[in-house]
Amino acid sequence: MFRRALRLGLGPGLPYRGLRTRKGGFTLDWDAKVSDFKKKVDSILPGKKYEVLYDTSHLPPEQADVVIIGGGILGLSVAFWLKKLESRRGAIRVLVVEQDHTYSRASSTGPSVGGIWQQFSVPENVQLSLFSINFLRNINEYLAVVDAPPVELQFNPSGCLLLASEKDAATLENNVKMQRQEGAKVCLMSPEQLQTKFPWINVEGVALASYGLEDEGWFDAWSLLQGLRRKVQSMGVFFCQGEVTRFITSSTPMKTPTGEHVVLRRINNVHVKMDKSLEYQPVECAVVINAAGAWSGKIAELAGVGKGLPGTLQGTKLPVEPRKRYVHLWHCPQGPGLETPLVADISGVYFRREGLGSNYLGGCSPTEEEEPDPTNLNVDHDFFQNKVWPHLVQRVPSFKTLEVQSAWAGYYDYNTFDQNGVVGPHPLVVNMYFATGFSGRGLQHAPGIGRAVAEIMLEGHFKTIDMSPFLFTRFYLGEKLQEYNIL
Amino acid sequence: MAAPRAVLHLGAREWNGRARRIHGMSELVTPDSSREKKRTLLQFLSDHFQDIQTLREYLLQKQISKVNRENRSFTNIQEKYGPYVAGAVFILKQGGAVKFQDKEEWIRPNNRSHFLAEIQKFQNVPVEAVDASGCAINYQGLSNLLPLKELRSLSLQRCPNLDDWCLSRLYLLAGSLQELSLAGCPRISERGLACLHHLQNLRRLDISDLPAVSHPGLTQILVEEMLPHCEVLGADWAQNLKLEPDKQPPDTSTPLSS
Repeated sequence: MFRRALRLGLGPGLPYRGLRTRKGGFTLDWDAKVSDFKKKVDSILPGKKYEVLYDTSHLPPEQADVVIIGGGILGLSVAFWLKKLESRRGAIRVLVVEQDHTYSRASSTGPSVGGIWQQFSVPENVQLSLFSINFLRNINEYLAVVDAPPVELQFNPSGCLLLASEKDAATLENNVKMQRQEGAKVCLMSPEQLQTKFPWINVEGVALASYGLEDEGWFDAWSLLQGLRRKVQSMGVFFCQGEVTRFITSSTPMKTPTGEHVVLRRINNVHVKMDKSLEYQPVECAVVINAAGAWSGKIAELAGVGKGLPGTLQGTKLPVEPRKRYVHLWHCPQGPGLETPLVADISGVYFRREGLGSNYLGGCSPTEEEEPDPTNLNVDHDFFQNKVWPHLVQRVPSFKTLEVQSAWAGYYDYNTFDQNGVVGPHPLVVNMYFATGFSGRGLQHAPGIGRAVAEIMLEGHFKTIDMSPFLFTRFYLGEKLQEYNIL
Repeated sequence: MAAPRAVLHLGAREWNGRARRIHGMSELVTPDSSREKKRTLLQFLSDHFQDIQTLREYLLQKQISKVNRENRSFTNIQEKYGPYVAGAVFILKQGGAVKFQDKEEWIRPNNRSHFLAEIQKFQNVPVEAVDASGCAINYQGLSNLLPLKELRSLSLQRCPNLDDWCLSRLYLLAGSLQELSLAGCPRISERGLACLHHLQNLRRLDISDLPAVSHPGLTQILVEEMLPHCEVLGADWAQNLKLEPDKQPPDTSTPLSS
């Protein structure tokens, strides 16, 4: 009887499964595991009160060093670099909380056409793209998993072509000068040169064009996403599908050298509500990384960011909100050929070739007045007919006969302040870090962003790329990072 | 058996100082790489009793480092003898062949001794043709070829590490390149061939036997449209006709989620 009771107790195998799946956790949590094991054995021995052994494998762990909110490309990139830069194997326990494992509402991969380019106005954005292109080129040195097939990005190195009107030509010329100093291979083209190189472009209204000769193009976003996910799982990162509903914080009143009263906050627990259930699990954590994309503004509000008097640092909100963007796929047998780059027109319309069968992907960012309703992902087909197609035909006359095949919508994590990302810690919620708000460029910049967040967390400062202009304090100080011609 | 000894003897005589300097330069050029190797080895030693996967990951990284070491830059030779000699030495070390301008015969690895003896004479002579067939050249190694501004013929047949990223760098040879052969490269796809539109002086292009190209016939037509002055050698038409009806690989790269 005693032997059978013991065997029944070990039947679910919870202690062994826990020890086996938590690689590296053997020595760290041994005492907690032993006491938990004793409690479970006591509950089934004769003479004790019987308790049903409850299966908790679907719940997140009760403790984690770092909780990353958001399992998209940015959250996975931060998890990857945290594990890669940790001092000892298994030193950091990382938990990724994702609300939507199908990524149907992803902010960086959903509405993106997979483009990557270096033609920016802010030098840090150029450096991020150069870091990312090096990461993508050596993708299997970073993300290779033994006994798994290599990551195949299907990169199209056809370049990116930016067109500028008379009004923007001087800005474009200054930008290209800065981009070359940063190491990008970008060339300027006059309208005559543009006509010679791409005869299918109508150069009316174009005063100057910049073209990326190398390290620019587009790739398969989903291959990068799944490759990153597979790698971080093999590195020992925990995943759980749920929603963060509450933060348990502690507050400390402080006084600044100028005599101003502020309240420092520290997050101690994250409440994770499981998917399609009322069950939740508190996770004790040391650091929270807000990589929730379009919904990072709500997550920041839960942590107390912005709860204060307007105009103070305590009352400064995270200005990231969801914006809906459309991507259209059309077919045009007389369209441009194999050499078609990713074209961004002076009107804001962009397109690129898709495959070999005269298919093209493209779209346009709406103006502030015509911003669509972000509560659902329905596609407004009149937007293409009235706002995108006329500019397309003007720039590429052969698109007069195009036929729209399909369209889909996705969310941007739109930064309403200056449309550039937020990286690094919050000055008052001292253990919340941001990796969000890149307004459509999160996909191409994800490797560099992840490394920057991991560095400032582990080392206290940026090492590879200095992203100090992207800190949260610029919202309070009013220092805008202006980026020209956002795709 | 005499040939390896002769090569070793040649190396001992001619490359005594050069070899030592190159070795030192290699260590200097890649300090992070050597430190990373040391850390990897330590990591392996600390985990090898309970994790055989670490050993396999270490071997994989070692293989990648070997390819990168074979494609290292010849900066020292380039500073001393110029880019033409540096490019030639790189190709000869890889097992390829080079042809200088106004010289009739090709320089191959077996008659490399003659070239090394007269290395001073080739300092200012441009390299006209390069045959790197079967070499382990990759994106990094192409840096040794791109300064050859008068290169007219480039053969990169059956290079296992040549991929689409490498083709995007060939625009630097656009002013001179007239012949290019990419036959038999396993990792070149139609996405990389789209970059060849920079090479408007190209007269002959061989893109036959590329297994990564999904539609060889259609790709050849599109490349011919892209380079109207160029003769494109591509897939066998009969093979293409046989392949088309049997299987149509679905285009899974489009995220159609509407």
